[in-house]
Amino acid sequence: MAGLGKIARRGFLVGAATVAGGFAIGIYSLRQPYVSPLADDLPPGMAALTPHVLIDRGGITLITPRADMGQGATSIQAALIAEELDVALDAVRTDPGPPAPAYYNARIVAEGLPFAATDEGWMAEAAREAGGWASKLMALQITGGSSTVPDAYDRLRHAGAAARAILVTAAARRLGVAEDTLTTGDGAVIAPDGTRLSYVELAPAAGRLLEPREVRLKDPAEWRLLGRPMRRIDIVAKSTGLQRYGIDQALPGMLFAAVRTNPRRGGGVVAMDASAAEAMKGVVRVVPLPGGAGVLADSTWRAFEAVRAIRFDWGPAPYPATTGALFESIAAALDEDARDSRLKDEGDIEAALADGADVEADYRVPFLAHAPLEPMTALAWFRNGQLEVRAGTQIPGFAAKTARRLSGLSRDGVLLRALPMGGSFGRRLEDDFIDQAVRLAWAAEGRPVKLTWSREEDMTHDFPRPAAIARGRGRVAEGRVAALDLSIAAPSVSESQMGRLGFNALGADTAIVAGAWDQPFAIPAYRVTGYRAAETVPVSSWRSVGASANGFFHESLLDELIHEAGADPLAERLRLCSHAPSARVLEAVGEMSGWGGALGPGRGRGLAFTLSFGVPCAEVVEVTATDRGIRIDRVFVAAEVGRVLDPVNFENQVQGGVVWGLSHAIWSELTYADGRPEQENFDTYPAMRLPACPEIVVRGLETTDTIRGIGEPPVPPAAPALANAIFAATGQRVRELPLAKSVRFA
Amino acid sequence: MKLTVNGTEHDLDVDPEMPLLWVLRDILGLTGTKYGCGIGQCGACTVHLGGRAVQSCQVAAGDVDAPVTTIEGLGTPAAPHPVQAAWIETQVAQCGYCQSGQIMAAAALLAEVPAPSQNQIDDALAGNLCRCGTYPRIRAAVRLAADKLREG
Repeated sequence: MAGLGKIARRGFLVGAATVAGGFAIGIYSLRQPYVSPLADDLPPGMAALTPHVLIDRGGITLITPRADMGQGATSIQAALIAEELDVALDAVRTDPGPPAPAYYNARIVAEGLPFAATDEGWMAEAAREAGGWASKLMALQITGGSSTVPDAYDRLRHAGAAARAILVTAAARRLGVAEDTLTTGDGAVIAPDGTRLSYVELAPAAGRLLEPREVRLKDPAEWRLLGRPMRRIDIVAKSTGLQRYGIDQALPGMLFAAVRTNPRRGGGVVAMDASAAEAMKGVVRVVPLPGGAGVLADSTWRAFEAVRAIRFDWGPAPYPATTGALFESIAAALDEDARDSRLKDEGDIEAALADGADVEADYRVPFLAHAPLEPMTALAWFRNGQLEVRAGTQIPGFAAKTARRLSGLSRDGVLLRALPMGGSFGRRLEDDFIDQAVRLAWAAEGRPVKLTWSREEDMTHDFPRPAAIARGRGRVAEGRVAALDLSIAAPSVSESQMGRLGFNALGADTAIVAGAWDQPFAIPAYRVTGYRAAETVPVSSWRSVGASANGFFHESLLDELIHEAGADPLAERLRLCSHAPSARVLEAVGEMSGWGGALGPGRGRGLAFTLSFGVPCAEVVEVTATDRGIRIDRVFVAAEVGRVLDPVNFENQVQGGVVWGLSHAIWSELTYADGRPEQENFDTYPAMRLPACPEIVVRGLETTDTIRGIGEPPVPPAAPALANAIFAATGQRVRELPLAKSVRFA
Repeated sequence: MKLTVNGTEHDLDVDPEMPLLWVLRDILGLTGTKYGCGIGQCGACTVHLGGRAVQSCQVAAGDVDAPVTTIEGLGTPAAPHPVQAAWIETQVAQCGYCQSGQIMAAAALLAEVPAPSQNQIDDALAGNLCRCGTYPRIRAAVRLAADKLREG
């Protein structure tokens, strides 16, 4: 695959067959297929049959542009292509390919629209399509929003099927037989007499046969790979230490870099004294950077040591300097002047609450770091007027743009290679560390520079999940929930994040209310209002984004109302539920958990449900109040995704999402003093460890026609299900996260 | 200084203060051992020192007094250690970044306690953080590895 990066981007139109099958879009300008970035200058014997299938003498390479941060994106993309191409997963290579418009993500914008996933009306469908067009126009090659599978499901199967069709045509011509007499299997076209023509030997001829054509996809009943347990293609490398992440890149002559910048983001540098660092052994250079400096050295450790020895006089934070002041800024937004959205307003809530509320409660959640275990890292190398960047990133297109902007190089002058990530959880939707690596490489022209952030740099320079505050009120009547009014105030992730990417986020920010306004319940009087707090600390998307906070708010309030009504948490949710797939999920988790059965003294069950990213997900948490504190015994999860493509990875993702949700709900928060995060490492930012991990039982439902991604939806219900379980076991209602501030855990 | 890693003796000119982690990664190019925190909190850098699981970010190169085994020396794709084979069969990894450390900790446990209880497994791996939340599969893989090792 060495050739891939060198391939120029001139107008070699391939993928027309993919377009005929996959993208019949009714607007002329959008009907034009993107030029395949696998373009010309292909060496003899190599053919790029679609933007996702490349065949050369060395074999078959599948281009899987969506980034793998651990969620299995590479494997599932490869499986979608391989299923239709009729090749074995262990007989292909994968490559993320270069950043290119052909690899845009049509689903990412759709998730930000003000239509609930349950709304299949004309307006919602039209807006979703427009979202797809918009992201094509903006060439958003983004991994996020649990969108990889929904986006890839049809497109990549079509890419595989189109490539297969071309290979069959090539074989038919060579053999002088009709196409419909040929079959395919294990990377070869098979003639009626058993003659096998391998794809590799057919590729040169196939490369000349790129006329558009319709292709037929397999019926799921014919699938060999999809829907069955698959071995992830990275599982052996990741079990033997051979998977190479960004932090593992190594090139001859490479310099190792570390950085330190003002932990008060945007505070700048007043003065700096690097003389001690410059005199340290192994230090090659100190390079000033915006907000701080970097050190180039002969090992990561020496770079870490030297950058710590630089004396900085930092400027003050351009936002309130303490946790208290930051929360005051959010609380101040709970005011009509700051109203951002009221997407749910059913019945007459004012009348319902005119005589007061039966439940009134305030909730709050903290700022949270992403803290993937692989810290931010990027390699950059300027040589001969070219810039190469290698980094784990969820936004390769934007990162390449950043590199071009900083270097002044043209599109062809910048090569960006996206690498597997040691976790991300949304953190690598930012390219601040790539920006730094490019600047450092510029200063070291000719030599590759690998930048590695220390954990301390990483923890104190996150773009965190914003803190949020909610005010809930409600009424009950005749043993039922009669009114629910939820007001949520938070800084806008969209405004902050899109601003850094160069876009204006116009209109309401649905992230402020996602996971609350769009829930499938028919409560007689039901209102959800979002209030936009001022941007203070720059914030970003964190696994499940707005729903990570709002699931806790909505499901805590609903649970309090159900308790006040004297109703059963499952039965009342089912009675209120207005969406059949969501009701099936609730019924499933009830059955799995033995809901209603006796648990014994000191034990309790909590239920929560959140529909996010189009996935209804219900969780039951079982706890015991031991004399050492709360112990989580078991968690039951049911989620509806339309189709489970890989049952093993599905279960792993759901379990991981539950651990992520519980871990942060119990222990984690970023607090601020003197304008900077007080947590610097995992000793003060605790997370769930093996001993605290409960048994997690997972069921995926496949009862709808719409396929969905599962990376994020298990996160939002975890925190409220746990809080509701603690209430059931102890009678203590906790309305603020992290829970460990109010409850002892075993 | 002399350092034996995965059965090979190296004569190295490195600062004795440099943590073993960075000697392995930056000097010897053994990048399977990972940096996650640098303060002995995450376990991603776990290696075997004389057969014992240690966090290599907390051991100065100059203090290494026994042979070192890293994930690369434990087994290979062609000949995986039973713990690695169990990790593959159970499909533990998501991002995979912590798994070298998890595997090294599990292998050290099983070398000492062939049939560990769940509490022994939990305690032995409590120092190894997994942000992806693969813990249920880690438990299952350790039990499977114990079975494999007992069967020989």
